[in-house]
Amino acid sequence: MDIKDRVIHIIAEQAVLEPSDVGLESTLEDLGIDSLGLVESIFAIEEAFDISVPFNANEPNESDFDISSVATIIAGIEKLVKEQS
Amino acid sequence: MNRVVITGAGTINALGASVPKTLEAMREGRCGISQLEIRDVERLAIQIGGQVKGYEPEEAFNRQQLALYDRFTQFTLIAAREAIAQSGLEFSGDLAARSGVVLGNSGGGMTTLDDNYRSVYEDGKNRVHPFVVPKLMNNAAASHVSMEFNLKGPSFTVSTACASSNHAMAQAFQMVRSGMSPAMISGGSESMLCFGGVKAWEGLRVMSKDACRPFSANRNGMVQGEGAGVFVFEELEHAKSRGADILAEIAGFAMSSDASDIVMPSKQGAARAIKGAIQDAGISREEVGYINAHGTGTAANDKTESAAVADVFGAHADKLMISSTKSMHGHLIGGTGAVELLACIMAVRDGIIAPTIGYEEPDPECALDVVPNEAREAQVEVALSNAFAFGGLNAVLALKRFA
Repeated sequence: MDIKDRVIHIIAEQAVLEPSDVGLESTLEDLGIDSLGLVESIFAIEEAFDISVPFNANEPNESDFDISSVATIIAGIEKLVKEQS
Repeated sequence: MNRVVITGAGTINALGASVPKTLEAMREGRCGISQLEIRDVERLAIQIGGQVKGYEPEEAFNRQQLALYDRFTQFTLIAAREAIAQSGLEFSGDLAARSGVVLGNSGGGMTTLDDNYRSVYEDGKNRVHPFVVPKLMNNAAASHVSMEFNLKGPSFTVSTACASSNHAMAQAFQMVRSGMSPAMISGGSESMLCFGGVKAWEGLRVMSKDACRPFSANRNGMVQGEGAGVFVFEELEHAKSRGADILAEIAGFAMSSDASDIVMPSKQGAARAIKGAIQDAGISREEVGYINAHGTGTAANDKTESAAVADVFGAHADKLMISSTKSMHGHLIGGTGAVELLACIMAVRDGIIAPTIGYEEPDPECALDVVPNEAREAQVEVALSNAFAFGGLNAVLALKRFA
């Protein structure tokens, strides 16, 4: 499984959906993931890829890590995995 | 119903090891938040806190006591000694039998837990010190205060996260108001600035790496603190009959539950508690001159709290002052309401309003007079102290100038 599929699996599990139901353009809100679900997803991603994601819930727009859609999250993780491996 | 007054106050926190030192720091807008000095700090992403520094436990306690007192109990006893000494009360006979101690605390003996988990998990030891349980239990501080001062009445610990102290003080207040107890010791304490304590908070991703800037548009989270605040609540006639110095009157309180989310605050829940405290105190909302905000410095709390205040006070919201002293001493979690009550006492007794320091940019969602960066002189008749806990449990106290 590549990074994209693994991230989609993590998000799907958090949203209690099938991975096939998680669209790349979906926002976390569309998927029914709230603020706690978001920090839980980020934790699961950090554990899965052994990376550190710079995310502070108080300023979600301040970091380079863009959480506005599933696609931007995947792009962010791909970049972090590359940088931190 | 009896009237209830405060006749003693004590504290130790990052701003100072006594009430006069703490109030001086608040007047000067001094910041007690600094680099944490704890074991394994280099493994933490968050390395700042309102830590009590320059503290020598041996100056306050003997070797046997230190073996039995976790840091949160030590802080509590130091604060209780100051408060009870100021009140001049000595507990014996009927007064001792009916007076007790109700304290707030959230984490219990976190440093004791941390040290002993290390010992058994990390160092692989199979034996721990016999006092681990009596040191770490949440009620240890209340029990040791009862023993040191011979308090034999209703005594227990209240644990409602960040509202623990306010809930505890509300209980003690009710006991004196109802006539159940002539005097009660109340307040709270916390000491979770240890590796495990900070690491747990890091996980939520709500902590700031650099400063606590409540209500400022560029705020980026909360900063933990530690310490204790303890007060003597006394029935008014009892205090007057012995010529006690009265610091302030506790006029009312209210509690509410959001019944909605385990971490996100609710405007309605906060507003109901604020409104309830005003009603319980039998005052009009225009009499409230100052609010010591919960003001954690998180995006969510500060805008929700500002909206709740605006809802409850209407046009008067623009006239009252609201500040968060967490910007100076950090968030003492279960002890925070107790240390923050000191700012309310300073407001009604001394006419000095503690500032919100670290305030850099106005936030249109927090458009209130937050007393930015510098203390202010103003006569205040009534001050409120807000506490809105994780779990949606809220408690607000109303303090009145005693003249």
